[in-house]
Amino acid sequence: MATPENNVQVDNEVQVVAFKLRDEEYGFNILNVKEIKGLTDITRVPFASDFIKGVINLRGSVLPVIDLKKRLGLQNTPYTDDTRIVIVRSDDIEVGMIVDAVTEVITLDTAHIDAAKVVDNETNRFITGIGKEDDRLIIMLNLDAIIGLQEE
Amino acid sequence: MDTNQYMEMFLEESREHLQSLNDGLLGLENDPEDLSILNDIFRNAHTIKGMSATMGYTKIAELTHDTENVLDLLRKEQLKVSEDIVDTLFKCVDSLEQMVESIGEGGPEDVVDVTEIAAKLSALVKGEAAAAPAAPAAEAPAAPSIEYDDTDKDVINQALGSGMRVLHINVALTESCVLKSARSYMVMNALDQLGDVMKSIPPAEDLEQEKFEHSFDVVFVTDAEPSTVEETLMAISEVDKVVITDVAEELKAQEAAAKAPAAPAPAAAPAAAPAPAPAAAKPAPAKKAAAPAKGAEKKAPKGSQSVRVDIEKLDNLLNLVGELVINKVRLEQIGITHRLAELTETLEQMDRVTTDLQTVVMKVRMVPVGQVFNRFPRMVRDLAKELNKEINLTIEGEETELDRTVIDEIGDPLMHLLRNSLDHGVEHPDDREAKGKPRSGEVALIARHEGNNVVIMVTDDGKGINADAIRRKAVEKGMISQEEADSLNDADAVRLIFLPGFSTAETITDVSGRGVGMDVVRSKIETLGGHVDVETKVDEGSVFKIKLPLTLAIIQALLVKVQEEMYAIPLGSIDSTINIKQEDIKTVQNKEVIVLRGQIIPIIRLGNILNVPTQEGEENDDIFVVVVHLGERKAGIVVDNLIGQQEIVIKTLGKLLAGLKVISGATVLGDGRVALILDVSALM
Repeated sequence: MATPENNVQVDNEVQVVAFKLRDEEYGFNILNVKEIKGLTDITRVPFASDFIKGVINLRGSVLPVIDLKKRLGLQNTPYTDDTRIVIVRSDDIEVGMIVDAVTEVITLDTAHIDAAKVVDNETNRFITGIGKEDDRLIIMLNLDAIIGLQEE
Repeated sequence: MDTNQYMEMFLEESREHLQSLNDGLLGLENDPEDLSILNDIFRNAHTIKGMSATMGYTKIAELTHDTENVLDLLRKEQLKVSEDIVDTLFKCVDSLEQMVESIGEGGPEDVVDVTEIAAKLSALVKGEAAAAPAAPAAEAPAAPSIEYDDTDKDVINQALGSGMRVLHINVALTESCVLKSARSYMVMNALDQLGDVMKSIPPAEDLEQEKFEHSFDVVFVTDAEPSTVEETLMAISEVDKVVITDVAEELKAQEAAAKAPAAPAPAAAPAAAPAPAPAAAKPAPAKKAAAPAKGAEKKAPKGSQSVRVDIEKLDNLLNLVGELVINKVRLEQIGITHRLAELTETLEQMDRVTTDLQTVVMKVRMVPVGQVFNRFPRMVRDLAKELNKEINLTIEGEETELDRTVIDEIGDPLMHLLRNSLDHGVEHPDDREAKGKPRSGEVALIARHEGNNVVIMVTDDGKGINADAIRRKAVEKGMISQEEADSLNDADAVRLIFLPGFSTAETITDVSGRGVGMDVVRSKIETLGGHVDVETKVDEGSVFKIKLPLTLAIIQALLVKVQEEMYAIPLGSIDSTINIKQEDIKTVQNKEVIVLRGQIIPIIRLGNILNVPTQEGEENDDIFVVVVHLGERKAGIVVDNLIGQQEIVIKTLGKLLAGLKVISGATVLGDGRVALILDVSALM
């Protein structure tokens, strides 16, 4: 499950790896993030779902990579030096996510995370809530839905 | 008591013993007079009884106990081996198997109702008027005394002073006891309930590791009656004898002996703490009994030592070797790119080592196919009886080895092929006689090496498969059109039986012919990287031939390029590579074909099938074609470039990408990039 165990959470706080997709900021719970990696060769996989960019070699094991912007229905932008692959893990599935840039690890007060009701469209099911920190809005993502384990 | 840690061992050994019971009974059926087979059977049953009782499975223990009674009478020749008895014994083994399997799946042991069998067994025993005399109890040897040091004596005196009893208990387990550590654990546990164990010989750790013969000594402080203690201990199964002496008296005797210098030093001490038996010696008798009893000729017990290893550890080892191979290939490429002669030389050495290492790891994972084959004689016997046919099953090449993962999967397809041969292949004895064949049908299961493959064949001398009947059936079922059927040659027509939903049996029997037959066999074997084919001649019989790769994890492959993408084609399915011109490609019924050595083979353009994004560039007039084969069928795969032959380590694509067509896996290349492995059978 994407919802973390409580062992790292202090009181009502949750640590989030924040990253950028176009101009918006998104986040995964840090407990689901395994590592962050620069862009490497991605091998296209024929017949796979369109949001799966391909597979990469992560120290000898083969890992699928999801094009997160495509998955969330955002417009594509070219890769830059800031483009990263965030390796996340849910249950026993490990997968990489292509993001435009990783910004920081941020601690959010759970009281400052609103249930996702503002964005009421298709992508809603990928979102668990929206965190507020000062002036920034961080969209918390539902990892299981993105990986596609919770079928639509 | 916590018996979980022994569960795996119990299950595995039970299965082994049940298998040898099966083998033994089959042998007995053929040769009812052979006493050595009976003895083997008896030993096996006895071990199962002991183990199950230890684990607390009383139902299994009871049933084996009843079985043993019958076997005992047979052994003493007070009962004659008859078909009825053998059938009953087979039923017992079946029930036991079901119980053990149920336990293995975490279920209860009493999944089968054994009352009927139990009744039958006791009827067999009672039918024999002369009841077997009870085995005379062996002379009880006196319990060896223990030497006590000063600290011990202090504790003993203290206990005696406070009105407790200090007892020296010698517990002897039965000779056949297998889980000795579990037993001793139970004994200690029982004692703990009654008082305190002061010391044990050998010490507790040695007891846990089974470093003792069949008895051990305990000094026990309690306020319970010695008789109560004895009763409690005797209630634990496989405890053969319990000898209790009072320590206070022992001490007195020892002091007396010490005072008389002429008296020999208590020789008992070393006997009480026997040198730990070599661990390997212990399982030996069980192993010997587990070896299939082959008639009267028995192999001399070999001094081979073996270790049971969790398959997961082996998988891990194989993965690591895989990593090593990847890195070796990478180093080789660096050596070539930078022209480092010294590095290349060293790598050649290393290559030899890694190749050896790989072979060894592969070999470790190999198990003889006999493990799968040995359950078939029994199945064939039962099935032949059910179908009223006479079958003579021959098994060859049981020693041929295959990867463990293949072995685990190959059982069902083989069983299906055998059932098929028996049900559809071999005719009824009367029909056979009418055709001038011997009454009993010959069915053979043969395994052997063929190059880098293992071939398993199921042959019969039955009625064979009628190609015309197959054609008719296929058209009837709408699987192919009449024209298609007519254009097929006989061999191809017979292959239609491997298509889904095909079953030729006129009547659906319990045995085979439910329409989920051959296609399941085929798909199972293809997932194992092998393939199955059939040769048949009407009235002479059929041969089903399964070809399997020796190993699944590391293969030789040809790397090809389509535009900028790299793919690996397993070498096992490649026939040849050829270089043709654009004009060599002809079209037949709108399909592209080429003519290769007089054979017309269809062309597959890999780029189109895989939707490879096309890049601008001049059309190359030279076309590379990789000719692949699947059984007898061939196809030419058009690629843009041939990169070369390489050893690749197969990796799965994971859950997320499972079930993709055409792609069977991935591999990491020397330069760190990932190449996908093509599934040739899905392309054709």
